[in-house]
Amino acid sequence: MSPPRILYCRCAYAKVIDDAVKDEVLARLAESGAAFDAVADLCELAARNDRALDRLRKETPVRIAACYPRAVRWLFHGAGFPLPEDGVEVLNMRESGADEVVARLLDGARPEGSAAPGTGGDA
Amino acid sequence: MTAAGTTPRVRVVLFEGAGSAPLEDGARLDLLKSLLDAGHAVTRPAEGAVVAPADDAPHLVVGRFAPDARARLAAADDLELLDLDDAAGPAAVLPAVEAANARAGATSPGEWKPWFPVIDYDRCTNCMQCLTFCLFDVYGVDGDQKIEVRTESNCKTDCPACSRVCPEAAILFPKYKKGPINGAPVTEEDLKSEAMKADISALLGGDLYRTLRDRSAAARQRFSTERDESKALLERKRCLKELGKTLDIPDEVLMTLPSVEDIEAKAARAKEKLEERRRRSRTLNDGPPKPPPSPDDWGI
Ligand code: SF4
Ligand code: SF4
Repeated sequence: MSPPRILYCRCAYAKVIDDAVKDEVLARLAESGAAFDAVADLCELAARNDRALDRLRKETPVRIAACYPRAVRWLFHGAGFPLPEDGVEVLNMRESGADEVVARLLDGARPEGSAAPGTGGDA
Repeated sequence: MTAAGTTPRVRVVLFEGAGSAPLEDGARLDLLKSLLDAGHAVTRPAEGAVVAPADDAPHLVVGRFAPDARARLAAADDLELLDLDDAAGPAAVLPAVEAANARAGATSPGEWKPWFPVIDYDRCTNCMQCLTFCLFDVYGVDGDQKIEVRTESNCKTDCPACSRVCPEAAILFPKYKKGPINGAPVTEEDLKSEAMKADISALLGGDLYRTLRDRSAAARQRFSTERDESKALLERKRCLKELGKTLDIPDEVLMTLPSVEDIEAKAARAKEKLEERRRRSRTLNDGPPKPPPSPDDWGI
């Protein structure tokens, strides 16, 4: 099975996620060498029914670093791109610390033999 | 709300694999932050790992390319390349994304704070209270007569009032400060306080909606007739504060409620539609089958 895909939501248009948490999660993702998709604000994409949500829901398993799972699930649904029933795990940066979120995001996410950027990894 | 066609925005691909020298950790993070905070989407691929699949969004591939990699990527006609060693470094990326979005005819992100209701259909009973309550026509019904959020951009920023009238705690505003409106799990306690809200509505005269508009109209009336405008404004604010506090409705929303005439016209239209539905169902029982009611029938 492929390693879980990673999606990070920056929640750029509101101060609902502690800056320290979302910055730390992004910093550690960025330096990890893991592949990821990052979006500015899932709410904004949902509000405009942006088809980016369609590509972002495909390819499971996927771990999404955002906010409450109930909110994320129904946002996708409301935009007309419901998330798959299985293989989606939402990590809540409103409630969990950066360590917890990053540990789960990266758990199994970096395939054997891949390397952090700058250490000879390949894309 | 249904999946509609929007012009896809540019997807930035930060390419640090074979044939593209990686950025320094600090520079990479700064670049990611600057793009995300400006509303853009970024993908950082890595060997052997999966990212979201390509779609019809234009791709801007950013990296520090070796000549052979650059030639290989440049051969793909659906990719635009930005070589950070050629350009003015990471600072060149944001203007390049904005220019590519403009060329594609995509809307600029961040023009509107994404504040709108989201329905939890696991909880919703389709009672239509939200549709009746919302004065700004944010809600509608779909072809199956199911409630839906139809006009997100009509929603008044930071106003969660409709979530307060939902008896099932089924309306979320993901950017709201408190649960369960922000999507936090709904507890027994929350449901009790939802019931309390119904009681508040009863205390206010059995019709929260009517109370809101009457108070607003009264306040507006005072505002227009008092000679001392600043005094009138203070009085209006005082009157609305109580309701605003109870329901966490921003003052500016209460202050901009439609006129009594508008509301009455809306109510009359709703009554007409109801009569029409009744007539139709009577005819349905008496005669040959008629088409089901259309979504417009709910369009009060
Ligand atoms: S989904 Fe959650 S984390 Fe993402 S933008 Fe919306 S409120 Fe913020
Ligand atoms: S008020 Fe709540 S339960 Fe009733 S239709 Fe609206 S979202 Fe559904």
